[in-house]
Amino acid sequence: MFLLKGEWYDLRDLGNTVGGLLDDLRDIGAPDWTIYVTSSLIGAVGILLWTVLSCLAFIWIERRVVALMQNRKGPNRVGPAGLLQPVADALKLLLKEAVTPRSADRVIFWAGPVLIFIPALVVFAVIPFAPKMTLADLNVGVLFLIAIAGINTPAVFLAGWASNNKYSMLGAMRTIAMLISYEIVQVLALLGPVLFVSSMRMGDVVAWQDHFNTWIFFIQPVGLLAFIIAGAVETNRSPMDISEAESEIVAGYHTEYGGIKFGFFYQAEYLAGFAIAASIVTLYMGGYTLWGLEDYVPAWLIFLGKLYTVFFVYIWTRGTLPRLRIDQLMAFAWKFLLPLMLINALVVGAEVLIWRENDIDATPALLAIGAVNLVFGAILVAGWARFLGHGTGKQRGQRAILTQEVGAVHFTPEPAP
Amino acid sequence: MTIKSEPFVVNIGPQHPSTHGVFRLRLTLDGEKIIDADMVMGYLHRSMEKLAEERTYTQNIPFTDRTDYLAAMTGNLAYVMAVEKLMRVEVPERALWLRTIMAELQRIASHAMAVGIFANDCGAWQTPVMHMFRDREKILDLFEMACGARLTLNYMRIGGVSKDIPPEWMPQARKLLKDLPKRFEEYEDLLLNNEIIIARSRGIGTLTPEQATSYSVSGPMLRASGVAWDVRKADPYGAYDKVDFDIAVGRHGDVYDRFVVRVAEMRQSLRILEQALDMIPEGPVHARLGTATVQPWGQPVAPLAYRPPVGEAYARIESPRGELGYYIVSDGSPAPFRFHIRSPSFINLSPLKLMSVGMTVADAIVILGSVDIVVGEVDR
Repeated sequence: MFLLKGEWYDLRDLGNTVGGLLDDLRDIGAPDWTIYVTSSLIGAVGILLWTVLSCLAFIWIERRVVALMQNRKGPNRVGPAGLLQPVADALKLLLKEAVTPRSADRVIFWAGPVLIFIPALVVFAVIPFAPKMTLADLNVGVLFLIAIAGINTPAVFLAGWASNNKYSMLGAMRTIAMLISYEIVQVLALLGPVLFVSSMRMGDVVAWQDHFNTWIFFIQPVGLLAFIIAGAVETNRSPMDISEAESEIVAGYHTEYGGIKFGFFYQAEYLAGFAIAASIVTLYMGGYTLWGLEDYVPAWLIFLGKLYTVFFVYIWTRGTLPRLRIDQLMAFAWKFLLPLMLINALVVGAEVLIWRENDIDATPALLAIGAVNLVFGAILVAGWARFLGHGTGKQRGQRAILTQEVGAVHFTPEPAP
Repeated sequence: MTIKSEPFVVNIGPQHPSTHGVFRLRLTLDGEKIIDADMVMGYLHRSMEKLAEERTYTQNIPFTDRTDYLAAMTGNLAYVMAVEKLMRVEVPERALWLRTIMAELQRIASHAMAVGIFANDCGAWQTPVMHMFRDREKILDLFEMACGARLTLNYMRIGGVSKDIPPEWMPQARKLLKDLPKRFEEYEDLLLNNEIIIARSRGIGTLTPEQATSYSVSGPMLRASGVAWDVRKADPYGAYDKVDFDIAVGRHGDVYDRFVVRVAEMRQSLRILEQALDMIPEGPVHARLGTATVQPWGQPVAPLAYRPPVGEAYARIESPRGELGYYIVSDGSPAPFRFHIRSPSFINLSPLKLMSVGMTVADAIVILGSVDIVVGEVDR
């Protein structure tokens, strides 16, 4: 492109800047390991800073946006337009006494918030923010993503168990059941992109989408839907926030946590949300590319823009949807999403095989695959829903009977489900 | 293989986000399934019925605001009707109409709250309830214009209402009536047809008509079970015999039907209001109570105290929560000898165990929400 060809001041990719710094280090004769450590440290600190700032920003954004949806003003007192509210809240959480209940298991009680925070942060190591901005471009990036997200489960369970509180216990149990079910769905959904790209490296997934000038979203709509739903479960977002269902079990697994320990849970929830949004953007929505715009605008800004857009969808659902019950959620995973994803994996496998074997041109092949998957997915979703008894008119909302006759009885027993 | 498990007891309340106050529910659970439910009441007991025996009939009116604080108008109304029955007072026509109008506005406000909070119990995180508040606020504005208060209204008086509505009241009320149908349509679209709400509330907490009547359940809960019983029709008071409206009845008696019935009743209230605003006559709003019944009590400058003749009276109305009755025994003194409230919240709560055993914890919360209790009225 223009004059900027990977110079250190080429801010379209912060990797250039770090690269320049490392080159300087090498020039003054620093040993290799210092360069290695420095680059990791810069990346880790950068990600940490970014997540903390994004968290603070999104606490404010979420509260204001949801307030807008609810005819309220939201926080508007601390700082201009309430912008400093999250800072004030964070300070309050820091200064609060960290109470441990007498009957709690002290060590595990402490381990919970720490354990839940680390995986939420580590996930970002494999996310390519820009072509050169991946902290660790592992060749098993997708696998790493799933494995690290899985650490969430024992952390939540430890927190719930150690609190020695019945609400916490119920919340933790719900979480375990839920996360295990939806992790399977998530893995099967991710088979789609991986099969198409035939690589688990996150950078390769983005490069593939860039190369074929498409988003996997267009050739895997059902897979993305399942992944978004599984992501909502993993991040405890409404309508799947049953593990901390406020109206039922108070605060679920973190009922007994206060002060900064609660702050860790709170932030970890946001981090997990960002992590899911980042995975969706990378795997399904072209990552840092935006049809050539990445040559002009910093690629990492495009990535962040997409990430925040996806995260906004989660805020939106939280502001609008009621919550499902645990058995309905489990049934949805096992009876609906799992078979759907298995069939989806089969279809994708067949498509990739046909494409490779017959050496078809990319454009017609991708168009055909996209059309087939969209139509097939729609038919599958509608058909399966019908098979399970939804959308047959039985589920439609009914209106009340209006009568003038006092004392009449209009009861019909509920038909068996 | 069966995994051995033992039941454990969870206290829902008295401090809990969804107990609508300080109500306590002891659930014995097997996993998520409820095998026993135990209701513990009395955390908000303020001894109103006993306190009322120490106060004059007029002084007791503010108490009736504070039992069902979400529907103060109907609380006032039932009490003053009982005292009027005792004193055989003829209430002027305009006062009767004003009472009807206020009671119906209160019903809309209270049902809006009930529906919103019910959605909240389903986990809709405040959005429906905040939207319902938008309409409730408008109605509270009307109340404020009429009597100066928004929550504890103290509007009804023995023999009429405290004062006539100001001239600017009517246009504002008409404007509200014009706006509300659009809102109701919105709520019906967004809530009644919501797949998740339907999944959460269909077939949950079912009461058959036999069960409902044997528990003496009343109000929207009874009508949701399919029994077309409404005190406004069965035993008309106020001006209800002069207006045209329907009883909204459910089909299956489950949580969803209670929700549907409440939404339909809001529309019927609107219908009543539209007629009432046109039909309300001019005239006095307070009866002239004879000197025979009005006598100074205690100090010569003390407020006038009514001394109803010896006897007893029971008056019942259809409050938003059900059949609200006041039973008053007079011994001829300025204070009631016995003062009893038949509170619909308390009685509607009694089949809670029947409804929630066998369901899950999440269902129990939704069922409790569908009963629409006000703990101030449960415990008095």
